[in-house]
Amino acid sequence: MSRLPAGGRIDRGEVLRFTVDGRELTGHPGDTVASAMLAHGIIEVAPSIYRERPRGIMAAGVEEPNALLQVAGPCSEGMLPATTVELYDGLVASTLSGKGRLDPTPDPAVYDKKFVHTDVLVVGGGPAGRKAAAEASATGVRVMLVDDQPELDGELPPDTVVLTRTTAIGSYDDNYVLALERRTDHLGAAAPANVSRQRLWHIRAARVVLATGAHERPLVFAGNDKPGVMLAGAVRTYLNRYGVAAGSRVVVFTNNDSAYDTVRDLLDAGIEVAAVVDARPEVSVDVDVRILTGSAVINTEGEDRITGVLVRSLDGDAVESFECDLLAVSGGWSPVVHLHSQRQGKLRWDDSLAAFVPHGPVRNQEIVGAANGEGLWATRALWLVPSDSYDTHFVDLQRDVTVADVWRSTGAGMLNVEHVKRYTSLGTANDQGKTSGVNAIGVIAHALGGSVGEIGTTTYRAPYTPVAFAALAGRERGDLFDPERTTSIHPWHVEHGALFEDVGQWKRPWYFPRDGEDIDAAVARECRAARNGVAFMDASTLGKIEIWGADAGEFLNRIYTNAFKKLKPGHARYGVMCKPDGMIFDDGVTLRLDDNRFFLTTTTGGAANVLDWLEEWLQTEWPSLDVHCTSVTEQWATIAVVGPRSRDVVSVLAPDLDLSAEAFPFMTFRETVLASGVPARICRISFSGELAYEINVSSWYGLSVWEQVYEAGMPYDITPYGTETMHVLRAEKGYVIVGQDTDGTVTPHDAGMAWAVSKQKDFVGNRSFSRSDTARTDRKQLISLLPTDGTTKLPEGTQIIAGDVALTPPVPMLGHVTSSYHSEALGRPFALALVAGGQSRIGETLMAHVGSELVPVQVADLVLYDPEGSRRDG
Amino acid sequence: MLLISCPWCGPRDETEFRYGGQAHVAYPETPAELDDQQWAEYVFYRENPKGPFAERWMHAIGCRRWFNVLRDTVSYEVLAVYRNGEEVPR
Repeated sequence: MSRLPAGGRIDRGEVLRFTVDGRELTGHPGDTVASAMLAHGIIEVAPSIYRERPRGIMAAGVEEPNALLQVAGPCSEGMLPATTVELYDGLVASTLSGKGRLDPTPDPAVYDKKFVHTDVLVVGGGPAGRKAAAEASATGVRVMLVDDQPELDGELPPDTVVLTRTTAIGSYDDNYVLALERRTDHLGAAAPANVSRQRLWHIRAARVVLATGAHERPLVFAGNDKPGVMLAGAVRTYLNRYGVAAGSRVVVFTNNDSAYDTVRDLLDAGIEVAAVVDARPEVSVDVDVRILTGSAVINTEGEDRITGVLVRSLDGDAVESFECDLLAVSGGWSPVVHLHSQRQGKLRWDDSLAAFVPHGPVRNQEIVGAANGEGLWATRALWLVPSDSYDTHFVDLQRDVTVADVWRSTGAGMLNVEHVKRYTSLGTANDQGKTSGVNAIGVIAHALGGSVGEIGTTTYRAPYTPVAFAALAGRERGDLFDPERTTSIHPWHVEHGALFEDVGQWKRPWYFPRDGEDIDAAVARECRAARNGVAFMDASTLGKIEIWGADAGEFLNRIYTNAFKKLKPGHARYGVMCKPDGMIFDDGVTLRLDDNRFFLTTTTGGAANVLDWLEEWLQTEWPSLDVHCTSVTEQWATIAVVGPRSRDVVSVLAPDLDLSAEAFPFMTFRETVLASGVPARICRISFSGELAYEINVSSWYGLSVWEQVYEAGMPYDITPYGTETMHVLRAEKGYVIVGQDTDGTVTPHDAGMAWAVSKQKDFVGNRSFSRSDTARTDRKQLISLLPTDGTTKLPEGTQIIAGDVALTPPVPMLGHVTSSYHSEALGRPFALALVAGGQSRIGETLMAHVGSELVPVQVADLVLYDPEGSRRDG
Repeated sequence: MLLISCPWCGPRDETEFRYGGQAHVAYPETPAELDDQQWAEYVFYRENPKGPFAERWMHAIGCRRWFNVLRDTVSYEVLAVYRNGEEVPR
């Protein structure tokens, strides 16, 4: 129970101070928190999670189920195995009862990622891994080796890339491996500020060699969970690697020869070994210790740390007791097959090893050493030690699951290991059953009478060891989480106090509040300006695609529901495109620049998908068409000048144009040079129903021309507006927003746009309109709803039901609200809704289910404002 | 993360590509002449085999070209890559 006078890979010349559970302790570089605790004779950690039983350090690696730490720091981290936390000066930690605390403090550490390719990736730097790396390196290929320990016990060829403190956590298709490198965790306060804390390596390897070793299993007997019961291999690791005796008088309980290496090393270190209890009837090893063959430890003694064990012959009654403060157990070894199994690598049950071993590697991989079962010890399976009660025969120590619990689940009919796992929570703790999984399968097999191999394992899933979400995120958090797109006019919006709305990756002005205004007041003012005076909006985010080539018109004719082939140059047309199922996919206005060139606009969020869609048809179905598509979204800035006074404003900007309705009619455009000298393409397009001009200029001039519009509009109190006002104005006119008023189940007819569907030509989706389901007259159709109280603004998503229906569930739903606003022009709230048979219900009163209230709503025509279109020409 | 060999750009990570479903499902030449069942088979019905499956991929953040991949849906092994208009490799 102390540090040995010599030995171990620790630097005794330097003393590190640390605190665990309030106790001030010391250790040395090379220690883990666990080894330094054991050096002080401390094996006990916080009690178990559910049964609050005393627990102690049981392992020396990632498989540790008991000794979990909450480590203090700028952002405290929980659930770290004390057996893997390297000691640093000033470390402060507390042990946990199976449950960590999430520190709400923002984590100041930097995490990053690195993407690499290699010919060979070796996972594991033990003898087998080092041998594989050296052999591969000798053939002249690039070799990379990762190992989770701070140092390797041997040399590698100098051109091998070696990552220590790096755990391969996930293995994915085609040899894509994720590995987490802990770069500064072991340095504490001495960590350099310019080095990321952890780095997630994305490694693509032509060949992967798994040299991941094996984990020792404990044995299952009464009281097997007490402090002082430790894996025999861990006892040996503490002895040889850390120079620590985990106990002063040791009993060893085993079913295989590996524990005798521990016995020999204990004896060599001068530590008393009271007895070896071996489950096998015959043993042929040469150690100077009493061996009780064919026997088992049947219970442990001691309130907290064990003070002794009771031993009984497996086929007899005589019980013998031994005093001890450490019981070293070995129930056999399980190859670490996690990365193999994550790739659906097959396993077979090996009876002589009592272990699941890989049944051949997966494609382009090899498994070597103990991970492949090589060099492991013949083992006599002993899944549980017979007893009167199985309530303290622990299988999963971290989840406090006993043999009695497993039997309760099999008794309840859980015959599959996956079911037992979920019924008992066995193997679901953060150690993911590393020490308990195979023992559990043995216990199930024992209960059901089958063989362990037939029961099979649960599914191994990444990550092999827990990973912080911060490490998975890397630098892709906060501002760097997703690209932010802004228009060339954006600085003006910021300067003028706009609030912004995310539309896809775009930042769009939502509204421009003046002093003291809330959103309702600001939007009402912006709407008044657009309807009564003049307002302007940055529409640069609209997707823009140039379509050119001799067959451009023919192509658009096939894609859009309405006709484009005969559209004259200088003219614009609103178009709807559908998927083959006839459902609306996108919409927008397209200009014909000349015979072979079109300028197509898409919804802000749909630009990339539309370009994909067009290219897909051109490449895969109509490669003979002479058409090319180029995204020009970012090349153009678009400014919508809207309202009855917009002509006055534009006339100042574009003095060369005759802006009269006769000379420059609706749905046409003109190329001109602005008074400022900027070339511009000005369109008569309206998304508000008002007289409106859309000024398109090179995005380099966007901000400048925006400011010119602002200046020219000053005499008319020109008002900037954002997306909220745009939505109100368009909804008053019944113009849909694809993706808001449609959801992939709405045809142009459903959306009230039968007028945009040509009957003269074929196009993608056309055939679907005559399908029986699409042709139904009771489909959900877009209409307006007017709450009859004139005051209720229906929440978007509100369900609509018939007025006379009984409110006994299930209540038939007629549809739902897709858009809802207060209309400044109408002086009342209104909504757009998709309602079954809506177009034939105009005038009917339905009910909107708002909270627990039913609000009567009148179904109205889709176009509520200026249905005659009298305002379009100013 | 599949490794897919674009016929034009070479082996690249799956995240550079967009998936396009079953390959060799041609757009009918005369949709109007199909009955509802035939049209529905084009629009909605796709194979879902266990084993080799010919499917379309597009190198979305590379050359943006569509091509075909023969992939095993069990092992996820990319068995072959071939261009539009070419036969399914055997």
